Order: sequence, then C-alpha cells, then structure tokens
Amino acid sequence: MTAAVALDAILVVVLLWVAWASLWSRDLFRGIVLFISFGMILSIGWIRLGAPDVGLAEAAIGAGLTGALLLATWGSLPRGSGTPEGEDEPDEEHDASDGQ
Amino acid sequence: MDNRRYFGPGGWVLRVLLAAALAVVGAGLGLALTAPAGDPGLTAGVRAALPASGAGNPVTAVLLNFRGYDTLLEMAVLTAALAGVWSLGRAHRTRFIRPSPVLTALTRVLAPLFPLVCGYLLWAGADHPGGAFQAGAVLATAAVLHVLSAPERGPRLPELPLRLAAVAGLAVFLAVALGVMTGGARFLEYPPALVKWLMLAIETAAMLSIAAILAGLFLGGRPGQPDD
Repeated sequence: MTAAVALDAILVVVLLWVAWASLWSRDLFRGIVLFISFGMILSIGWIRLGAPDVGLAEAAIGAGLTGALLLATWGSLPRGSGTPEGEDEPDEEHDASDGQ
Repeated sequence: MDNRRYFGPGGWVLRVLLAAALAVVGAGLGLALTAPAGDPGLTAGVRAALPASGAGNPVTAVLLNFRGYDTLLEMAVLTAALAGVWSLGRAHRTRFIRPSPVLTALTRVLAPLFPLVCGYLLWAGADHPGGAFQAGAVLATAAVLHVLSAPERGPRLPELPLRLAAVAGLAVFLAVALGVMTGGARFLEYPPALVKWLMLAIETAAMLSIAAILAGLFLGGRPGQPDD
C-alpha cells in the first residue's frame, strides 16, 4: 500500500516536473523530447488510475505519433530557429530523425 | 499609435484574455476537486447492459455501441482533419536525410511484429484493453517508420490504398448505421444477433482509417509525386 502511494507520489512529481521543463525549455528539440517523455510518464499514470485503454492510446498517439509530428515539424523549420542562440547562429546540420 | 502593444504577441489584450481563460480553468478544477462525490455515475448502468452490447470490455461497449454516435462523429472529424491537411498541398521532402543503419535494421526486425500486435489489439479490444484506436496507432507507426527508413528514391506510401483506407472507417460506420435502418431499427441501433460482427467490421475499418489518417497527417500533404 505504502509502496503504491510512494510510486504515485513520485509519478505526480516527475510528471509535473517534466511538463514544466518541456514548456520552459529554450531549445525546441529538447522541449519536444521532454514532451515525448511526458506522454510516456502520463500513460503510466493512466494505468495507475486503472484506465489501461487510455494509457495505451496515450502512449501510441500522445507520445509516439505526436512526437513524430513535432519532430517532423521541427525538422522543416528554418535552420537555427528554436535554439537559445537565435537564428543567426551558424549551426551544424540538424540530424533530425524526421523524414520530411 | 502602436497597436502591437495591445494586440500583438505578448500584448495586453492577449495577456488579459489568457489570464481570464486560465482563471476559468483553475476555477473549474477547484470546483471539481471540492465537489462532493454524490453522483454514482453511469458505471452500474453500463455494467448491467454489458451482456447485450456485444463486447466484454466496457470501454469498447461505450465507444462503439452505447455512444456509437460520438465515435462516428469522431471518425468524421479525423477524416475532415486529414482532408484539410491534404488540401494544403502535396507531401514533399524539404530535406532528405539518409536513414541511419540502426533505423533500417530496427524497422526490418519490427516490420513483421506490427501486423501481429495490431491484430491482437483489435481482437483483444472486445474483452480487454485495446481496440481500433490503439491498433490503428500501431499500424500508423509502422507506416511512419516505413516513410522514415525509405531511401531517397525508394518506395513511398501507395497513394490509392491510402486514400481508400482514409475514408473506409467513416464509410463502413455510416453504411452500418444506415443499413440497420432498413431492418426497421433506428440509426446505429444494431440488431442483437449481429451486434458482435457489425462492431468487428466497424472496428476493422476504423483501425485502417485511423492508421491511414495518422500516417497521412505525418506526411503533411497529399501523397503522390510532388508537383515541382
């Protein structure tokens, strides 16, 4: 019982922390990766709430496909936008794992 | 006068509107937390009607039978969203990135597993967690991996099957919903003898549709050869 409560408490804290880090990340790529992690942790949360259907959908759509869409969008942004240094930075090739 | 101070990004009007929206959301959450848990909800009703629904999983029963109308509209929304994205232009690769050997090897290993997992989720959805949405998302992931790991002049997603699959879910759902009316039933009122098979047909078509729609959204435009 106490172990379950401790697990839930850790889940809540980590979930809020990852959400905060994803929203406030100054690097877009970092924010997207944190968003995908947020989806995975959230799906564990749904399973803990006794809703495995929602957990499966969250993992597949919320984390997987939304993450792929966000990464594809990030890959087609102009180089250097969304980094803390701004657009003027002569950055190296985005090795995005997108296909667009 | 500089209107951007009031209306632009970070302007006062936007800030006040956002603050008001946040306050409403916060108040709603606070009300929900403090509200007494007096209403038992519909759990008992759903459990009582479960044997007649044609599915052992209450979530599937609600999604496809009791509230089938909502799921039908949901399929319509997804199909319309795909039509919206595809109407913006053809899919094109802005930059080609050579797929890494890890990605291609992993895709080869995973490829036969996708249909298996997908079929299991679809079939298990009747009695266990799973169903058309999850199975469709798994199938869409397979398509996305296929797109990502294809070489530059390699195979694309086939255009005609993708278009047909995208509308199949809505078409079959509507055909069943209207078809039962010829037997004297109401819209979406499945005859008890056929309910399991009608729902399976809808789920299968919906799975294909969801997979095609999610993969089509990932493409970001109409499939086929680019115009330029």
